[in-house]
Amino acid sequence: MIVIIDYGVGNLFSLKSSFGAIGAEAVVSGEPEIIRQAEKIILPGVGAFEEAAEKLRATGLDRVIREETAKGKPLLGICLGMQLLFDRSYEFGDWEGLGLIHGSVRPIREVIPEDLKIPHIGWNPLIFKKETPLFGRIQEGDCVYFVHSFYGTDCDDVIATAEYGAELTAAVQKDNVYGCQFHPEKSGEAGLNILRAFCYDI
Amino acid sequence: MITKRIIPCLDVKNGRVVKGVNFAGLNDVASPVELAKFYSSCGADELVFYDITASAEGRALFTDILTETARSVFIPLTVGGGINTTDDFARVLACGADKVSVNSGAIRDPGLVERAARLYGSQCVVLSADVKRVDGMFRVFAKGGRENTGMEAIEWIRRCVENGAGEIVVNSIDTDGVKRGFDLEMLEAVCEVVSVPVIASGGAGCTKDFIDLFKALPKVDAGLAASIFHFGEVSIKELKQEMAQAGIPARI
Repeated sequence: MIVIIDYGVGNLFSLKSSFGAIGAEAVVSGEPEIIRQAEKIILPGVGAFEEAAEKLRATGLDRVIREETAKGKPLLGICLGMQLLFDRSYEFGDWEGLGLIHGSVRPIREVIPEDLKIPHIGWNPLIFKKETPLFGRIQEGDCVYFVHSFYGTDCDDVIATAEYGAELTAAVQKDNVYGCQFHPEKSGEAGLNILRAFCYDI
Repeated sequence: MITKRIIPCLDVKNGRVVKGVNFAGLNDVASPVELAKFYSSCGADELVFYDITASAEGRALFTDILTETARSVFIPLTVGGGINTTDDFARVLACGADKVSVNSGAIRDPGLVERAARLYGSQCVVLSADVKRVDGMFRVFAKGGRENTGMEAIEWIRRCVENGAGEIVVNSIDTDGVKRGFDLEMLEAVCEVVSVPVIASGGAGCTKDFIDLFKALPKVDAGLAASIFHFGEVSIKELKQEMAQAGIPARI
């Protein structure tokens, strides 16, 4: 069973549906007990880093996530959920993340030319950086759907980037902890193949 | 490099797609869910569902269809039509929409864009503007292009972006249905004042019109059309291949 962590951030309908489409059983829950029983965990997220990190702390789910991933349980963070895995974020301040991926989250604006639009929104091809089972069912150059204004950096665990005036972190992996800046549940067949790999090959 | 998006628009009335649809290989061409699946499999980068229902029953039917689509189509979905309040945003977002497009609702209630952006984020709020030249000036029209608001269009769009609109659909009433190409002059004027994605709508008649659009105006992010896709006059698959051959980044 896969548990999609519900901590009151964003709408999880599409994400849950995407697991249904690949024949995987996914449950949406914010209950620590259910998350502890899961075989794999999805950490979603949209909106502001500060609020999301605060909600994880207030509900004690930050501790549950740290404990479960320390046991080797696979976790996939998506979009803001990926950024929350980092040590810290400089999104309108300086906020502490889960520290499961070493690095920080910074504004895209700092590294891309003036004339490029923020947010980075749309379909962009993946550039592979490291071997990973997460991409076992897709090809380099497959496009995935991004919507974000901040990006992960100072990080040794980048497994893919996307070019948008600079090479922006698209995905990370450290052992059993995975993260996608893009939305696999909105990335057509390529996205579903990434979720299939997470469900069936990891 | 980010790709240029191709977006089919589905007008839905009482649960069915309106504007004739003329496809081989589709069992139920008027089913929005079937058509959405078909477009997704052809390489559409996003879908716009436009609810042109007036009745409450039709509206409930629309949300059912949206839910069913979001359950089976995994590309971004934008919903427009009848969006007047932030409750309308909540209603369609709960059914799996990713973005919500406002038009007349934003004209009637100038605070709507700002409130929605604060609640759901700018990336969720699309301003759709129906624009027509009147005495040489770009004017915003309301009520499906029937009513001249008298507002200057470029300034209206700029203000909506300032208030939090994260994307702009520019629908040129002047070129809509003419099928001789997008309104490059109008689109350029919009691109000059906003720094959010601009989606061109109105005027595409053939594949070349999309290529001309992206070549002439590299700042335009996407092209939207309805009937030319529905009638099979332009195949999204072939369009994408021709874009790539012309050096325009496209998701194939």
